[in-house]
Order: sequence, then C-alpha cells, then structure tokens
Amino acid sequence: MKTKPTVLYDVPGPRARRRNLLWTLLFLVAIAAVVWWVVVSLADKNQLEWTKWEPFFTDGRVWDTYILPALKNTVIAAGLAMVIALPLGALLGVSRLSDHRSVRVVAGTVVEFFRAIPVLILMLFANAAYSEFTDISPETRPLYAVVTGLVLYNASVLAEVVRAGILALPTGQTDAAKAIGMRKGQTMTYVLLPQSVTAMLPALVSQLVVIVKDTALGGALLGFSELLASVRPMSANYGANTIACFTVVAVLFVLLNFALTTFAAWLEGRLRRGKRSTGAVVGADAVDDLARPGEHLGPTDGTK
Amino acid sequence: MFDFLQGYDLLGAFWVTVQLTVYSAVGSLVWGTLLAAMRVSPVPLMRGFGSVYVNVVRNIPLTVIIVFTSLGLFQTLGVDMGADRFTTINFRLAVLGLTAYTSAFVCEALRSGINTVPLGQVEAARAIGLNFPQVLRLIVLPQAFRSVVGPLANVLIALTKNTTVAAAIGVAEAALLMREMIENEAQLILISTIFAFGFICLTLPTGLFLGWVAKKVAVKR
Repeated sequence: MKTKPTVLYDVPGPRARRRNLLWTLLFLVAIAAVVWWVVVSLADKNQLEWTKWEPFFTDGRVWDTYILPALKNTVIAAGLAMVIALPLGALLGVSRLSDHRSVRVVAGTVVEFFRAIPVLILMLFANAAYSEFTDISPETRPLYAVVTGLVLYNASVLAEVVRAGILALPTGQTDAAKAIGMRKGQTMTYVLLPQSVTAMLPALVSQLVVIVKDTALGGALLGFSELLASVRPMSANYGANTIACFTVVAVLFVLLNFALTTFAAWLEGRLRRGKRSTGAVVGADAVDDLARPGEHLGPTDGTK
Repeated sequence: MFDFLQGYDLLGAFWVTVQLTVYSAVGSLVWGTLLAAMRVSPVPLMRGFGSVYVNVVRNIPLTVIIVFTSLGLFQTLGVDMGADRFTTINFRLAVLGLTAYTSAFVCEALRSGINTVPLGQVEAARAIGLNFPQVLRLIVLPQAFRSVVGPLANVLIALTKNTTVAAAIGVAEAALLMREMIENEAQLILISTIFAFGFICLTLPTGLFLGWVAKKVAVKR
C-alpha cells in the first residue's frame, strides 16, 4: 500500500520538480489564504485573546471540574457499551451461522434491523422507554440510554464481525474438531470462537473508535455529561471561549481515537505476522465493509 | 391508532433527511475525490494535507463537528452560509458539517480503489506519455470508481443514518421530529416503530440496489 501510489508518477526530473514546486507554492498560498481568513475572523470576534485559552494551560480547575469528569463519562459509556455488546454480538453472530433455519432467520432479522437504524433513534427510544417503563433516576438515565443505544447498534455490527471472523478460519479447524469427535457446540466454544476472537481483535478495537465517537450524541441530545456536553458550561464559565473549548475537546477526541486506531493497526500487523495464529485476521477496515444493511457476507468475503 | 400523526409533518421530516443526504453526498463525493487525488499526488505538501485532514476528521465525532458549525462557526464567527433564515442557515451548516466529515471516508474508500488498479496499466499509461493528471483522470479514477461502488454505498448508508445528528442543531429532520413526538404523545412504541421503519425504507433498498450496481459495474479481473 505504501509503495503503490508512487507508481502513478516517475521520480521527478528537473521539469517535474519545477512543476511540483509551483504546485506546492500555489497550494501554500491557498492554505495561507484560508488560515488568514480563519485568524482574521477569530481575532475579529476576540477568540484569540490569551485569556480565553489560558485556563486550559494554567488553570487546573477547568480540567478537574469539567474536562476530566466528562472524559471519564465518555470512556465509561464507551467501555460499558463495548463490554455488553461483545458477548451479545458473539451470540448473534454464532446464531446466524446456526444449522437451524429458524435461529438463523431470527438472528439475521435482529442484526439487519438494528444495523439499518441510526444510533440516535435507538438512543432516543431507549431514553423514553426508561423514563416510561422503569424508575431509573433522571440523573443516570442518559448514561443508560446512551449505553443501550450503543449496545443495540454495535452488537449487530459486532455480530457480523464475529461471523466474518469464524468464516475466515481455515475449514480444517472444523474438520479436525469433528474428527476427534467434538459436537457442534464444542467445536464452536472450544475451537472456533477462541480463535476468531483473536482474529477479530483489530476490528474490535477499531469499532471502539466508532463507539467513542457516538457517545457524543448523548451529550448533544440526551443531556449525558460527556466531553462534548462540557463545552457549554466551560465556555459559560471562562468567558465565552467557545472556539478554545471546542478545540480542546476535539483534540482530546482525536488523541483518544488516534491512539485506538494506531493500536488496532499495530495489533493487526502483529497478528498477521504471528506464527502461532491460523492466519485468519479480520482487519480494522472490515467494520466499514460490513456496514451495508441487506448485503450478506459469503464465506469468501470474510477472508480480507 | 394513527390519529395522533395528524399535526405532525412526518413526510416533511423524512424529506429533510433525504435532502440532507443528497446534498452532503454530492458535496462529499466532490471533496472526497479531490482529497484522494491530493493523497496520491506527487506534491508532498498536498499528500501531507490530505492525510492530516483524513486522520483528524475521521477521529472527531460527527456530533462535535455539527455542533461546532452552529456554536462555533455561526454563533461565534458569524458564518451564515449566505442565508438569512434561521432554518436555512442550520440546514446549510449541517450539510457543511456532514460533507466535511463524510468526505474523509469517501477519500479512504477511493484510495483503496486506486490501489486495486494493476500496476501494469499505470506503467503502460505512462509509457505512452500521459502525465499524472491524465493517468489519474483517464486510467485510474474511472476504474477506481467502479471498484468502490460497494464501499461508497456503505459510506452513503452511514451518511443517511448520520443525518440524524443534524437534530443536535435543530434541523427539522426525522430524529428531531421523533424526539418532539415522544415528548408530546404517549405512543412510544408506535412512534419508534414508524421512525425505524422509515429509516429501513431509506437504507435497505439503497444497500440492495447499490450492491447490485457494484456487482454489475465491477471491473472483472
């Protein structure tokens, strides 16, 4: 992947180098114009004053009161959603591979249904359902709603990942398990699932990025006090520094997710190189490929 | 049973959802293609810009981007996208945010499509004297587009579902109407079913149709 794009052009000669330089300069001018416009409009609205940015560097209270608790909530919601969605997704994924048609159809319907619906709709439903049918206190309800929405959606995505992971295993694994007299359930629980979990790890970690990002929905629409929701009280208390607050929050999200993405890529490389694995890896980009409702994975699609 | 639907513009809300999807889809296809071209271009600065853009934007939640367009761009910096009515401004800001976000994914899909074009073709194209823009425009991108219809369909479906985020800045689309209806009516299950059904009607046929198109146009190798 790294060497391929370079085949699109030659090693630049003198003329190409001059042309590239010209393009670089033009592009620099374009970027400079945009940056200039941003800086001017920021300065115009007094968003560049040091007092608006200072709290994030010198004042520990803004971190203690707003950002760190909010970051904690984001991580808690994402972690909970992942931990609950994973077994649920494994169950659904395995059910979709069942020998019994009825089980397959039911699991398939559930998976396709929840994958086709926006997470926000699921969260809104969960929020209303908890307030109507349970007595969960209004303070904790947003967390429950966010986690429920995330679980319903991500369990169905993870179900497809699990299915792809199991299908990606070499068929010899099942044959060998049959040969030593294992039953279907034993083959699945002792042979296939443990190996597919290893194969899926990169896809799981990269799905965590999606979950972390989706927690922000709860902050914007359900009153869940996560990172995005901390922008309003922060800018209210530190002198209308909206831009500064958004920048800090966005940087935190980027750092958190970039760490996860890098980790997933590293894990994928490590698993692919590993000598003891079966060679089956469901890569980090598999989750995107599985995102289309209505399309069914054949056994050959899982070997990416 | 469906009496309570009177007084709510259900079709109108879903129509806004569709409009958001279409405008953002066109916008992100254009901007995403440009980004992909930058990412494979011979100019290092453009490559750097492309990869920084994609990696940063992909890792910011869409909700943060959308809320920023309203609180940051509009209310703080006064960017009104050339509109004077509040609803139009929010709609355009939402399209801007959705486009900025989705084009990162379009770019990545296209780039993987560019990688599927065999080296020999590019070498042949260069051998007959085509330069980089010509190679990209005449040889590589047409084939790349045909091979990424499937992944682009995923992006489009994700975009359709992501338009609900525009509810965060008060764009009158499906999710906002659903929230309003849940607050006013005691028909939770029925309301949710209607909206779930609405989104399934939007995403499922798109997925099936584009899946069929993808098989049809894929370059057989």
